[in-house]
Amino acid sequence: MVYRPLFLKLLSALILFGAWEIAGRIPVSYAFPTFLDSVAALWRMIIDGSLFVAYAETLKPLVTGVAISTVLGIALGIWIGLSRVFDWLFSPIFVVMQSAPLAALIPLLVMAYGIGLTSKVFVVCIMAMPVIVLNTAGAVRHTPENIKAMCRSFMGTRIDMLFKIIIPAASPLIFSGLRLGISAGFIGAILSELKITPTGVGDIITFSRSIADYPSMYAAIFSIIVLAVLFLNLLERTEKHLFKGNDRGYVSD
Amino acid sequence: MSQIEAFKHAQPVPDDIAVSTRNICKTYGSVEALKDMTLEFPRGQLTSLLGPSGCGKTTLLKIIAGLLPPTSGEVTVNGKPVTGPGPDRAFVFQDFALLPWASVLRNVAFGLELRGVARSEREDIAARYIREVGLGGFEQAYPHELSGGMRQRVGLARALSVDAQVLLMDEPFSAVDEQTRRKFQEDLLSLVQNENKTFIFVTHSIEEAVYVSDQIAILLPRPSRVSEIIRPTGFRQKSADSIRRDPEYLDIVDDIWASLRSYVE
Repeated sequence: MVYRPLFLKLLSALILFGAWEIAGRIPVSYAFPTFLDSVAALWRMIIDGSLFVAYAETLKPLVTGVAISTVLGIALGIWIGLSRVFDWLFSPIFVVMQSAPLAALIPLLVMAYGIGLTSKVFVVCIMAMPVIVLNTAGAVRHTPENIKAMCRSFMGTRIDMLFKIIIPAASPLIFSGLRLGISAGFIGAILSELKITPTGVGDIITFSRSIADYPSMYAAIFSIIVLAVLFLNLLERTEKHLFKGNDRGYVSD
Repeated sequence: MSQIEAFKHAQPVPDDIAVSTRNICKTYGSVEALKDMTLEFPRGQLTSLLGPSGCGKTTLLKIIAGLLPPTSGEVTVNGKPVTGPGPDRAFVFQDFALLPWASVLRNVAFGLELRGVARSEREDIAARYIREVGLGGFEQAYPHELSGGMRQRVGLARALSVDAQVLLMDEPFSAVDEQTRRKFQEDLLSLVQNENKTFIFVTHSIEEAVYVSDQIAILLPRPSRVSEIIRPTGFRQKSADSIRRDPEYLDIVDDIWASLRSYVE
């Protein structure tokens, strides 16, 4: 039971990397390196430490942006879900944010906040926050009425209702919003480094492309995907640990 | 038959009244859900609210629970007017209303948790009631691992563990299968005898109401009113399995059906 999902994961990784290797060897394009070349380039960057230097730079807007989006996004989402007035006031902002063509808006952000960290954090937040806010608000709004009535009938206070009923009941959707939002945040971090100023991992991508060092470019892209996957797995574990019975849905459904 | 007459024909009501509703009206916009509902619930007995769907029996129960405010009228529990949920009443929900993320133990202890009882104390009490409803050994199970009948036992244990004097049950057995329901009804009879609590029990099953009740209030819809109060007395002392063959039981079931059938479309 424990081994099979692991085996399947390894198998799907093997198929993916195999296809990549074959596509690189044909080659599909001269700008598309093989998997083994990319891994070699990744190894080189790990050995000479340039990857860590790059990540030290990239993680700054990424971690700040994701942290802000998580805390502020969940708080705003709960607020919007609880209050009709705040729903009316704030929901449209996030719907617009979610559908806005971000790349086209970056010059505006740069004009307002310069080319430094602030603009990059903004890009990460614009990418990550809307889905976190909207998912949280939707989940809070749809807390099952029967367990809310249960909480009231056993004399729960409003604080009990929020922390013991509404938030745990909303947690599966909040976490799915976090998963989507944080992956979008990773995209935002790289996008900001490609569009605002080339630093960190974005710099590796831009620079390797300009000197036609495609294995390094794909190695950098590959590394950010691995990091995102690892982080999302960690998030899933946190969720399973915090809300154990919740993954089976509502028993009265 | 007017309400006054209904009371005249009923058997004398015991003096000790635990819960009473006086002239309860409830309107939703222009819809009159309850009109001038006056009822008394004797202490230590089980009173059923029976009627066709749409007669407002669940609405009345929620008003007694303090979950819904009446448009006018007053509910008193032990002489004190009801303004909201209170420690003197506990609710058993039709759809169980369990927390899916909490173990059976935490679910049963949840009522006490909300009342601020310390963890070790509330878990001791909960464990005792879990054994009492026959779920010993399932303390650490999650609701999704239990059958429908077992889930309702959790809901019942939660209501019992807060030790309220009045137990409000909203069609508690309607979501469980027929065999489990019969077992529940038998268990309910002994619960009423042993627990010295006042039970208010909403059901749409005539047989169930006659089987478990000391007093049955028949409610009619549009607008909702009490048409009759029946107090089955002859077979109350008999053993659980001979009630269903008792002639009085069968007569009452037939009478109730005769008076209700014209209201069922």
